[in-house]
Amino acid sequence: MSNTEETLIPKIGVVTEVRVDTPDVKTFRVTAPEGGKVFEHMPGQCAMLSIPGVGEAMFSITSSPTNKEFMEFSIKKCGCLTTWLHQMDVGQQITVRGPYGKCFPVETELKGKNLVFIAGGIGLAPLRSVINYCRHYRENYGTIDIVYGSRSMDDLVDYQEIQEEWCKEAGINVHLTIDREQKEWDGHVGFVPTYVKELGFDLDKIILICGPPIMIKFTLQGLEELGFQKSQVYTTMELRMKCGVGKCGRCNIGNKYVCKDGPVFRFDELGELPDEY
Amino acid sequence: MFKIALDKIDELFAALSGNETLYLPIEKSGEIEFYPYEKDAKVRLDALHTVKSAKDLFFPQTENLMNMKLDGKNIQIEEGRHVEDPFVLFGVRACDARSFDVLDKVFLADPVDSYYAARREHGVIVSMACSRPEETCFCNVFGIDATMPEGDVVVWLDTDHLYWEAKTEKGEALTKTVESVLTDSDSKAVEAQIAATKEIMDKLPLKDLDLTRFTEDEMMNIFNDSRWAEMSEHCLGCGTCTFVCPTCQCYDIRDYDTGHGVVRYRCWDSCMYRDFTRMAHGNPRKSQLERFRQRFMHKLVYFPENNDGMFSCVGCGRCLSKCPIHTNIAKVIKTMGVKEHE
Repeated sequence: MSNTEETLIPKIGVVTEVRVDTPDVKTFRVTAPEGGKVFEHMPGQCAMLSIPGVGEAMFSITSSPTNKEFMEFSIKKCGCLTTWLHQMDVGQQITVRGPYGKCFPVETELKGKNLVFIAGGIGLAPLRSVINYCRHYRENYGTIDIVYGSRSMDDLVDYQEIQEEWCKEAGINVHLTIDREQKEWDGHVGFVPTYVKELGFDLDKIILICGPPIMIKFTLQGLEELGFQKSQVYTTMELRMKCGVGKCGRCNIGNKYVCKDGPVFRFDELGELPDEY
Repeated sequence: MFKIALDKIDELFAALSGNETLYLPIEKSGEIEFYPYEKDAKVRLDALHTVKSAKDLFFPQTENLMNMKLDGKNIQIEEGRHVEDPFVLFGVRACDARSFDVLDKVFLADPVDSYYAARREHGVIVSMACSRPEETCFCNVFGIDATMPEGDVVVWLDTDHLYWEAKTEKGEALTKTVESVLTDSDSKAVEAQIAATKEIMDKLPLKDLDLTRFTEDEMMNIFNDSRWAEMSEHCLGCGTCTFVCPTCQCYDIRDYDTGHGVVRYRCWDSCMYRDFTRMAHGNPRKSQLERFRQRFMHKLVYFPENNDGMFSCVGCGRCLSKCPIHTNIAKVIKTMGVKEHE
């Protein structure tokens, strides 16, 4: 049994690399001051990052737990803390606590299944952890499809890894799309929900989806029209959090706390809860 | 059972505050709150309620968690918690005494909140039976007996005596430290007092509030009830109800730059505030309707669902007397307790 004294008091992390992914997304590599990871996690779990005096917020851990040297966080600049984080250089210390929440059921319900990952924009961040975990234990999973869309080519997060690793790997189909035509782009153009319907996946697959709420809403509708059940679709939620352990009282959806009962939910579970997220 | 004459009660308070801090209802600037006892303090055992509840003693309105020092790109963290001293909390009414059970469900659930747990361990609760319940009282609705509160020691008052009975090991230990000022007593006066109080309780206007609809099965129906709009329409979002509430436990964690470092502290927060759930990309509870509904759904449906049917309200009535627009949980129970269109 851990106690809140430990969970509310963070550890120190050091930024060892900053990668500029898009005009508003950077990926930060973080290690413990003595090297190695600050703590272990499972795909889909989150961490509280903070800059003392600026604020603390929950972020998904985008690196896979199979990476033994560091953790990575892909962060979009959109508020006070994230703006500060975007100004960080290598060597900057931040505070880190976690891991929080339940992971995607990679060792149970997802095992042996054909998987489809659907992401929009920064929504790839939590799914990337699962994708790379499944790639590492490739023999435990069936086919892998990745549908990823964003506003433009320049807004695709982790583009280099997608091009150089995911696209080249046998048994993984990557389907990229951008919202509007662009000169240098010869791939698919159109919104994610429409593209998913066009691709028309077999009904034996398990879907993992993350992105803007509007994208999730219409993609889910499309999936249901294709014949998928809500119980085949997983997502990960994000609400404002302070404690991370179900006590500060703000991240609840009905009687579930996103920080401890989520952030990963199956859509049939969400369907039984008030639509307040 | 022991007793002490009320004109000698200062001897009891002096004995109780001899080794540890004694908190009890004291009037200062016209407001009655739990303050540390000192000689010549205006102790108000006759007051039914303090303005805020006694939750402050276990879950303070603000408390420092840690100090952080910044040096260039480096951060140093020092724990900011002080070791808890033992204390006695005297004069807690039955409703507030039950509220600690509700708070325990939150703070002592895994992972245990060690700040709260330490205070619970170091505090001895002397609860005080009610003799003059008011018309805003409805603790009986939640199965609370105002004449027989929970606590380490229970005391009863009649016109000229205070009666004292230890209920737990902690209570026995405390009794030993004050035995010299107490004398033995039978329970006749207390029984008479209880009977008189029960007569008043039978006439209270809110004693028959019906909670039977507030179940898991009705969650979505109650949530989607259109009457929330009307009920929340005038809510100012001032948060007074949450601050005087003995069971409201939502908190915020914030940083304060002292000029020599950063103090990270936690403080009470309120689900009635717009900022409570607001994020850079939007707010899931956009209007006061959602925030108002959340507060009562939590107390009457979500909390019982997660805690074996225990409601997160103890019927103390503080929100009834303090809400500037006179809306309150009793009105919500009355309205939502009956199905819409019935």
